[in-house]
Amino acid sequence: MTTTTAPTRRTWWKTGIGLVLTGLMLFPVYWMINVSFTRDRDMRASPPHLFPVDGTVEGYRAVFDQQLPYLGTSFLVGLGTVALTVALSAPAGYALAKLRPPGGRALSFLLLTAQMIPGIIMAMGFYASYLELGILNTLPGLILADSTLAVPFGVLIFTAFMSGVPDELLQAAVVDGAGRLRTFWSVVLPLSRNAVVTVSLFAFLWAWSDFVFASTLAGGGGHQPITLGIYRYIGNNNQQWNAIMATAVVASVPAAVLLVLAQRYVSTGITAGAVKD
Amino acid sequence: MAATVPPGYRVSRAGRWSAWAFLAPVTGYLVICYAYPLYRNVELSLREYTVRSFVQGGAPFAGLDNYRTALADPTFGPALTHTLVFTVASLVLQFTIGMALALFFHQHFPLSRTLRAVILVPWLLPLIVSASTWSWLLNSDAGLVNAALGVVGVDPVHWLTSPRWSLVSVIIANVWIGVPFNLVVLHSGLQAIPAELYEASALDGATGWQRFRSITFPLLRPVSAITLLLGLIYTLKVFDLIWIMTRGGPADSSTTLATWSYRLGFGNLLPRFGPGAAVGNLLIVLALLAGLGYLRRQRRQQS
Repeated sequence: MTTTTAPTRRTWWKTGIGLVLTGLMLFPVYWMINVSFTRDRDMRASPPHLFPVDGTVEGYRAVFDQQLPYLGTSFLVGLGTVALTVALSAPAGYALAKLRPPGGRALSFLLLTAQMIPGIIMAMGFYASYLELGILNTLPGLILADSTLAVPFGVLIFTAFMSGVPDELLQAAVVDGAGRLRTFWSVVLPLSRNAVVTVSLFAFLWAWSDFVFASTLAGGGGHQPITLGIYRYIGNNNQQWNAIMATAVVASVPAAVLLVLAQRYVSTGITAGAVKD
Repeated sequence: MAATVPPGYRVSRAGRWSAWAFLAPVTGYLVICYAYPLYRNVELSLREYTVRSFVQGGAPFAGLDNYRTALADPTFGPALTHTLVFTVASLVLQFTIGMALALFFHQHFPLSRTLRAVILVPWLLPLIVSASTWSWLLNSDAGLVNAALGVVGVDPVHWLTSPRWSLVSVIIANVWIGVPFNLVVLHSGLQAIPAELYEASALDGATGWQRFRSITFPLLRPVSAITLLLGLIYTLKVFDLIWIMTRGGPADSSTTLATWSYRLGFGNLLPRFGPGAAVGNLLIVLALLAGLGYLRRQRRQQS
């Protein structure tokens, strides 16, 4: 690479600055972990303890005693949202990328504008309809609402990705007598594995993180996700910050896993979602 | 390429229409999950709903009464101002810091890739996690921020509990969440600028600032525009963060249109769905106006 011709001694101090900047940005995350291990009596110590030297796992015990049902719900909602999002957006991406349907551009535009609608407004409309249908406080109801966070993004990613599948491959499939559906299922979809992974990861993360739909559509029932678990914690026991922060740490696990296992896809997802043609 | 191979995956006219078979699910979904809730929301805002008529139906048509109620409410002015201040301040700060970090990480140095990946964490965390972490950091008595200010001799600031600082507090937290996104997108934009341009200008003796002004900034304009537009859309929508940190308080000092709409509809024992929906619809209009105005300006600049 032409830009890295500078001697290494000159670039190492930049690594130093980079480390400091990253440390500053991530300091709140460290603080969350630190507080999750801090004893109740040290919580208001002055000056605050910068390291959990005399720490406790009380907070985590509280999580496993009280928050497991919430975590289970979030997990199921996340998986359901992934399934629904991929099932809806992959075929749409294929059609928009390869079949040039009349009105396809208009549909893409509608999907883009759909993303601009604030969640709180969607929530109010969903609430009114769910109340009539009797599906407030149900898993399918929450999954359907959460999927609206991911479907437009999914279509965008699949369209961008499937445009890159060579036309010759599709031609060959047609020559071999494969129909549209078969071409999609056995040629295009297997080649789009990366897009499936990217869309699934983000759909799971967004559903897992959702608070707006959870608090409006699932706030009163037996299926409450972890975001509501934390929210109730903050409301109920204002003093037990180690338990609140321990729950927050546990709720951050999917984000961390995603970043470690799939960093490549994360960057792809962010930039593909932003830098459209 | 051989002449017998058509240039595209050619599809007949009938074939192009049958492509809608693949689009049917998502089209139906758009109707059920976007159009219908939006329609219900408009309907809510045009009727006089009570809890009873909300469940049983039969709410009388009220015309624009709910909108009048909302506009005449003493909360409306502050909520609108806070929405604008929150959005503009967040966008400017996120973009500036994100751009500075993107330029810094664009220089290749050991570990730059890894650090750039790790810095994404704030953007990936659930908002409730970031919001509660910042709530504790900014706690008046036991928060680390006030402890740090105390070291340099500044009196404790009531970040979340004084009307003077609550909006600033939620802006700080929101900027923290948005910087990584700006960094990643702007960085990808920087990578698309050919290195030869910089080499040529370096030969001409251009300084770093001159290179930024005459090469980076103009060539980064399309990516910057998209970054800001997406930032705008996300920021106008922000509700969770403010609601969890301050509930829009104290005394409406951090209430935005989004949190106000939620409070009207869901935040009280006696819900006021009509005015809540009306405020929500005003927010949509604002979002669309901002988005369209921005797109138009972009187009004019390009032509």
